Amino acid sequence: MSTLALAQEHGEVLLETGTVGELMWLVPLLPFLAFFVILFFGRRLPGHGHSVGIGAAAVSWVLSLVAFFELAGGRASIEKAWTWFEIGGRIELQFGMQFDFFTAIMFIVVTTVSLLVQVYSTGYMHGEVRYTWYYAALSLFTASMLFLVIANNLLQMFVGWEGVGVCSYFLIGHYWEEKPNSSAAIKAFITTRVGDVGLLFGIFALFALAGTFDISELNHLAEEGDIGGTGLTVAALLLFLGAVGKSAQFPLHVWLPDAMAGPTPVSALIHAATMVVAGIYLVARMFVLFEHAGAALDVVGIVAAVTMLMAAVLALVQDDIKKVLAYSTISQLGYMMAALGVGAYTAAVFHLFTHAFFKALLFLGSGSIIHAVHSNNMSDMGGLRRYMPQTFRTFVIGSLALAGVAPLAGFFSKDEIVGEALRAASEGTRTTAWIVFVSAVVTAFLTALYMARACFKTFWGEYRGHGHPHESGRAIVAPLWVLAIAACTVGFLGIPVVGVFQKWITVPGHEHPGFDTFYNIVLPVGSVLIALLGIGLGYLLFMRGRPSIDILRSPFAPVYRFVENKYFLDDIYLGGIVRPVQYALSRVAYWFDQRILDGAVNGSASGTVATARTTYSTIDQGVVDFAVNGAADLTGWTGGILRYVQTGNVQRYAAVLFAAVAVFVALFALT
Amino acid sequence: MPVSFFLVLSALLFAIGVYGVLARQHAVMVLLAIELMLNAVNINLVAFSALLGEAGVSGQVFALFVIAVAAAEVGVGLAIVILIFRNRQSIDVDELSLMKW
Repeated sequence: MSTLALAQEHGEVLLETGTVGELMWLVPLLPFLAFFVILFFGRRLPGHGHSVGIGAAAVSWVLSLVAFFELAGGRASIEKAWTWFEIGGRIELQFGMQFDFFTAIMFIVVTTVSLLVQVYSTGYMHGEVRYTWYYAALSLFTASMLFLVIANNLLQMFVGWEGVGVCSYFLIGHYWEEKPNSSAAIKAFITTRVGDVGLLFGIFALFALAGTFDISELNHLAEEGDIGGTGLTVAALLLFLGAVGKSAQFPLHVWLPDAMAGPTPVSALIHAATMVVAGIYLVARMFVLFEHAGAALDVVGIVAAVTMLMAAVLALVQDDIKKVLAYSTISQLGYMMAALGVGAYTAAVFHLFTHAFFKALLFLGSGSIIHAVHSNNMSDMGGLRRYMPQTFRTFVIGSLALAGVAPLAGFFSKDEIVGEALRAASEGTRTTAWIVFVSAVVTAFLTALYMARACFKTFWGEYRGHGHPHESGRAIVAPLWVLAIAACTVGFLGIPVVGVFQKWITVPGHEHPGFDTFYNIVLPVGSVLIALLGIGLGYLLFMRGRPSIDILRSPFAPVYRFVENKYFLDDIYLGGIVRPVQYALSRVAYWFDQRILDGAVNGSASGTVATARTTYSTIDQGVVDFAVNGAADLTGWTGGILRYVQTGNVQRYAAVLFAAVAVFVALFALT
Repeated sequence: MPVSFFLVLSALLFAIGVYGVLARQHAVMVLLAIELMLNAVNINLVAFSALLGEAGVSGQVFALFVIAVAAAEVGVGLAIVILIFRNRQSIDVDELSLMKW
């Protein structure tokens, strides 16, 4: 089938008109406009621009909610596209929007967290440097993220993808005066860039295969078997490489912990709830394609299983509370990716949805703590439950949700993933499902353990820091409570068997199976027991200190050191990639630059100079100037002689005149 | 009388005029010498007019023009001479050599 015909067919798909869903392009546009308003007029506006950012996010949030309820009320999803431009009449690039349940869910996540983070920041960032620019960047980020999820084709999605990347770079390096912060920003940008190259080539590969960038069309073609084979597998893996970079999957996860150098609200918005799930979003959007792309989904599953386990272990040994949460985020992203890897599409999106709320809550809570004790390190905290009761309560709610204790949000979504993995493993639909299942269970235990550790070290015991910590202001505490309530409730949307989430988010061939005693009773109870076991062990180790964990003297010391050094991955990257590039390659490049490039440049320059000199001395000086000066000299010389003729004596002139007349007369007379 | 008599007279008169213009130092005398040359020309014109009879009337007319122009010329010339005398207390032509190198 000709691609052009298909594309035209798509352009005409207008399912329903007159709904709020039609206006969904406004949702990314408003924060985008807010970005410019804040950028140009922010300093003169009330609140130095934060009111504009918050206002735009609030309107976007309301629009998203209304459109979402329209969808829930039975309206059809909307897909629209306009021809952006054509190349040679053959390649047509489209500019389009797609608004279905998945987009609506993402819209709600992004606008809610963005709104709350911006409100929170009025307290947290009060009086900080570049306050206005901070809000401008937040608005631009929100716009890019919304643009990413509304895109109906991969190229457009890529625009949003890069947009969130660059905003992440700006915001990580917000305090760029300190070198580690700007280094972290560069590291985040470059590391994700490695993945982005993969994504870009994946998009090209898909275009070469299918001749279209349209997402639903690509999925459709893959399902029909019109595209397939090794080419499709390679293309899917390249797309997945982009997701690995963006969603901080092993081995490109190293940027996310360093990204904690940014302000904490930024970590909550970008590095917990929204941007890092862009990779999950991408794989989920292209899920049908991935399913038909040979071993691609198995690779996804294995990478994700490695990621979740590795990051969960790392979260156990961090002292910096934000780094604990960062590794936890990597681990949870691994969970979502693993869910996709075993074909649990709905569970992955559901976990994305719930995770956004409780992880944003945890980050904002940690921000509140950091704001109070002026340190990121848990060794400077302790006993904060007495000083910061609101933060304490909300943080514990978030932790329990993350640990998967019933009936908080994380319980439902995590359970769904574990159940789906086990189902896929026992039914043999996915070869990698056993690996995913085992690592998911172990990770669930580790998650409970490290969150217990974080909570006990932060809120119990004696205060070990300096000064007097106090509860944060209302602007900080209010968003915490909103998110805490969400963390308690959103899980019920996806309650097994009867939940509505499974009806909203679904792909063909993965309809949710009915009630099953084992999967819906035994497994959840088991997983809660695992979580409680983790918390209990955490209580023993970090609260009671018994068994004492003087791990450096235990037989596990080498293991501990191995983990504490983040598996030496940073060192491998530094020694294996950065240093060789920096020293050897850069020296070669320098030599080439100096000798060859500069040689050519300098050579041509000195050649030009020599030519110019010769030209100057021979042609300009010798010929042109000689002629000019010679003419002048000749004139001056002849003038010098001839001026003696000009005596000023009228009678002598007259004599010459008469003599001349006489001569002429004589000549005429003679001839 | 043959016309050659008039031509000789005219030539002599003209030569005297040229001598006067070139040799005299007094500006008024130079102007007078110019008058001599003009009148030499007038004699020529009138002589040929007489010789040609009816057809030579234009010679006489031309002589009248010359007399009129000569009068104007002398008027202007004397005015210049007076002004020069007022400025320099001298009308020696040899000393009027300001416009040289």
